[in-house]
Amino acid sequence: MSAHAHSEDDHSADGHDFAHPMSVQTLLAVFFALTFLTVITVAQASFDFGAFEVATVMFIATVKAVLVMAFFMHMLADKPFNAIIFIGSFVFVGLFVMFTLGDSMMTSHSFEPRVEELAPAVAEPTITTVDGAP
Amino acid sequence: MSAGSLPSGSQVKDPGYPTPSENYLTNSKGILSWLFTLDHKRIGVMYLIGVTVAFGVAGLLALMIRLHLFQPDGMIFKGEEANNWYNQVFTLHGAIMVFLFIIPSVPAALGNFLVPVMLGAKDVAFPRLNLCSFYLWVFGALFFVSALCASGLDTGWTFYTPYSTTTDSSVILATSGAFILGFSSIFTGLNFIVTINTMRPPGMTWFRMPLFLWATYATSIIQVLATPVLGITLLLLIAERTMHIGIFDPEYNGDPVTFQHFFWFYSHPAVYIMILPAFGIISDLISVHSHKRIFGYRFIAYSSIAIALLGFLVWGHHMFTAGMSSLTTIIFSALTFTVSVPSAIKVFNWLATMYKGSISLTTPMCYALSFIFLFTIGGLTGLHLGTLATDMHLHDTYFVVAHFHYVMVGGTLVAFLGGVFHWWPKMFGKMYSEAGGRLSALLVFAGFNLTFLPQFILGSRGMPRRYATYDPEFAALHQMSTWGSMLLGFGLLVALVVLLRSLKSGKRAPANPWGGATLEWECTSPPPFYNFERAPSVGDPYDFSDLEWDAEDERYVKVEPAREIVPEEQPEAEPVHADDSK
Amino acid sequence: MSTIEASPEVGHDEHGHDHDHPPFLAHHFDTPEQQFDSGKLGIWLFLVTEVLFFSGMFCAYAIFRALRPEVFEGCSQFLNTKLGAINTGVLLFSSLTMAWAVRCSQLEQHKGLVGTLAATLSCAMIFLGVKAIEYSHKFGMGLLPAGLFFYDPSNPHPTEHPPYLAYICAPFALALAGVLIWLVVSAVSGNKFQFAIAKPLSVVCLCFFVGVGLGTVLESGEESADHIDVHADPNGLATAPVMEQAEKTMAAEAAPAIAASGAMVAVDETVLKILAKDPANVGVVSSQNALEQQTAAAGTSTVTGDGEILGAITTTEVDVMTPTTAGVFFSIYYCMTGIHAIHILAGIGVLVWLLVRAVRQDFNRQYFGPVDYVGLYWHLVDLIWIYLFPLLYLIR
Repeated sequence: MSAHAHSEDDHSADGHDFAHPMSVQTLLAVFFALTFLTVITVAQASFDFGAFEVATVMFIATVKAVLVMAFFMHMLADKPFNAIIFIGSFVFVGLFVMFTLGDSMMTSHSFEPRVEELAPAVAEPTITTVDGAP
Repeated sequence: MSAGSLPSGSQVKDPGYPTPSENYLTNSKGILSWLFTLDHKRIGVMYLIGVTVAFGVAGLLALMIRLHLFQPDGMIFKGEEANNWYNQVFTLHGAIMVFLFIIPSVPAALGNFLVPVMLGAKDVAFPRLNLCSFYLWVFGALFFVSALCASGLDTGWTFYTPYSTTTDSSVILATSGAFILGFSSIFTGLNFIVTINTMRPPGMTWFRMPLFLWATYATSIIQVLATPVLGITLLLLIAERTMHIGIFDPEYNGDPVTFQHFFWFYSHPAVYIMILPAFGIISDLISVHSHKRIFGYRFIAYSSIAIALLGFLVWGHHMFTAGMSSLTTIIFSALTFTVSVPSAIKVFNWLATMYKGSISLTTPMCYALSFIFLFTIGGLTGLHLGTLATDMHLHDTYFVVAHFHYVMVGGTLVAFLGGVFHWWPKMFGKMYSEAGGRLSALLVFAGFNLTFLPQFILGSRGMPRRYATYDPEFAALHQMSTWGSMLLGFGLLVALVVLLRSLKSGKRAPANPWGGATLEWECTSPPPFYNFERAPSVGDPYDFSDLEWDAEDERYVKVEPAREIVPEEQPEAEPVHADDSK
Repeated sequence: MSTIEASPEVGHDEHGHDHDHPPFLAHHFDTPEQQFDSGKLGIWLFLVTEVLFFSGMFCAYAIFRALRPEVFEGCSQFLNTKLGAINTGVLLFSSLTMAWAVRCSQLEQHKGLVGTLAATLSCAMIFLGVKAIEYSHKFGMGLLPAGLFFYDPSNPHPTEHPPYLAYICAPFALALAGVLIWLVVSAVSGNKFQFAIAKPLSVVCLCFFVGVGLGTVLESGEESADHIDVHADPNGLATAPVMEQAEKTMAAEAAPAIAASGAMVAVDETVLKILAKDPANVGVVSSQNALEQQTAAAGTSTVTGDGEILGAITTTEVDVMTPTTAGVFFSIYYCMTGIHAIHILAGIGVLVWLLVRAVRQDFNRQYFGPVDYVGLYWHLVDLIWIYLFPLLYLIR
């Protein structure tokens, strides 16, 4: 395995071969970028993007997440395998959320009493108990 | 292999026997040296004891269920509370079997013992985490026991809402237990993935790993990916019960189908946590006891990974009748069939391995053969249930019960027993009575089929599962099933007695009693606490050509032809012993 | 105890070079790099489990938001954006100091490591302090999970409720007292090692109350905005000095992080000013406004039978603010932020352990794994908050 392949002589005094210190400038730059993006997120909330709002917000959050992962979590300098498994986990999250959310949206009409549907319920009070706690 | 004397003039390689100070069982004494051990082998043995106890308890509950169903009106539980009792018994049977026995059985008990030894490593990557996961298992078990003592559990092992949020039984204790057991499972899986990735010795490439390790690796992937979702589901369920968070409880606008999605996103992959390691065991058993190279090594290895990944796409087939949208049900039904492909690849490869092999009908092989038969039935009946239209008819009937028992008992349990018999000499350094072992395999096979074959018929005729009473027309089949369960129980008892007797009076086991070529057979039986004195030379795990039966000592030994040094004048010539490359 | 630790050195000669194990290298690893790689892979896998663990709640969020967007929009108004934004900043800053700590451990800068770890811990405490204010405020208003929900718009701030804030603060106050006593005892007895641990820890514990103070000032600002209407600017001005003080306390401890800390103050002020200038954010948590919005969203469908069915809610209530609708939002809010807060607490636990080891100078360029692993965990906690903040606080 790789650990054995290139580790025969890593007991030398310098021993920097598997430590990759991140420079202070990079860290600070990433931090300011993150803070800036936070400001943008907060600021955009006051504008109305309508249907795109969730997409905008998630996009900014994802950019921030990528920054954190790439630099703070050293993903760029790390073994690619670690990055693959971590990013791979989002595939499974995607599967899970996609199927569950999709199914829920297709069936929600069958159990969720809609606001507008409650109007006839006034005439027939028995149905309203679907919504209310006994 | 045929009996005979060893070829003369060759070098015999055999590690011999461990001294008591090397033997991992005896190198340190006292109960504390076990309770605080970081040795993966001792942890494996403790798991083995633990899961056996859990299996015993849940097995007795199963016998109670079967005895109760001996008569249409119920035989054991009488009176007002009869149905309640029945509900509690089948719930605990299911929950204990699933969470405390099947999930940790092969990966945690056998896996802990075998993974580092097969790999040629000294230990798993995180020995402390390993011990921690064993104690998490113990705590989880204690939670289950306390749930049992408090007010029982009657939700079925699936904890479906809304019943689980309204029943008076101790759902919170049991779910906390399952939550903790989930973490035990996660840590075991995590440990194995890291061990297999980073601790392989030089020469052990991915495709020189025994197939048991591939199966364990695939299992571990599922454990790491799926179990956390169970964790959050159970946590939300606890929150639902205590604070009524309204995510699952329809009374507060929640959606019970969502709970089922959450639950099965874990629990369907969990089915593969249960069966994949069994596949790994069988791959090794078939090859070793047929003394023939495994057929289609790469296909078996890849199919394990394929099953692990496809297993995440099919959870909805547990919920066809639960009120999913019709589009979702169709998608899940179609995806379900994809899983049968890698499963079938495995079965065909096992059969091809046996073809023209020289099969020794040892106890482990008997179990392996019965596994192939039973698992095939279990797998094929799964297709009926994966088909949308037939499942509408068969859902929640005994057909389902029979199907998953064929997979879980006929598959996992039988493979687990086969594995225990196969590695028992390695684990404890004793040979058991071969006749007794074969008898147990026969009894288990017969008893199992007698128990569960009638249930397919019961189910297809409309007998619903989880009912404490039934129509008299089902009585004959139910009685057959009950007799079968008695036979099955007796067979398992025989197996236990055979194994325990061997500890007292068994013959001392040689390092390699079966002729296996994987690394665990290259250390002494039982292994020394450091596994290998020096890192073993890693060869092909399924190359049996240099193993010879030593009739005198009743053992297999590695025979190396006398070495000849390549003459200096022709350095490109192959040395004689270097013909083992694949 | 363990069979293995008593074992003699075995099986290392296969590489041809017979090296003795340094004390930090576990017996079953051959090289420090193998040990580091194993740990690293292990922690990444653990993060994978964490991602999937949280995915359940994100899934629940998505389902219920898709089902009832107007409920999420309405209820989000009850969350204080300023507190959320400040907490985001604090967590981002803690991520910076954590990444810096990893750098320090790799370069064997022992003092810097202690300082950056203490800064990370302080940020974690400020975060929890602010969270304590948010939680206790909502407990008091009855904005609770569906089953416990008792919010009454005609009386949004019932005066008689248990002192939630005191309950939440009590364990931290105890911890602070304990650490301070420890500090004094170790100073008096001259135990330099213990003193070196207790000193940063006392600042860390203090930071919880800095967070509480910060939260109180901002939250009470919101209160006044509730009833009068403007005052965003005074809010921003009033809180800035407090923040500055908070940041300075922390920065004083975290010597290497001073520069960044100053920058942090500046940035947070920017956040505040932007918040303050924006007229839409003035009365963010004004329950009356929120109610009006929901009324608009829900249309005219006031159900007359509501009073009977939902006893706790007044008859004039719009149906968005019922336990079964708004309650679910707050359920998800508490589950997500609560479990996130539990992760912060766990992170504080391991960070304290790291701090002790850092004071002991355990780490070197061959053995900095634990700092790196905890760092990865901490960044993940930050990552999750990066998503939680806009999803919960910024629904418009």
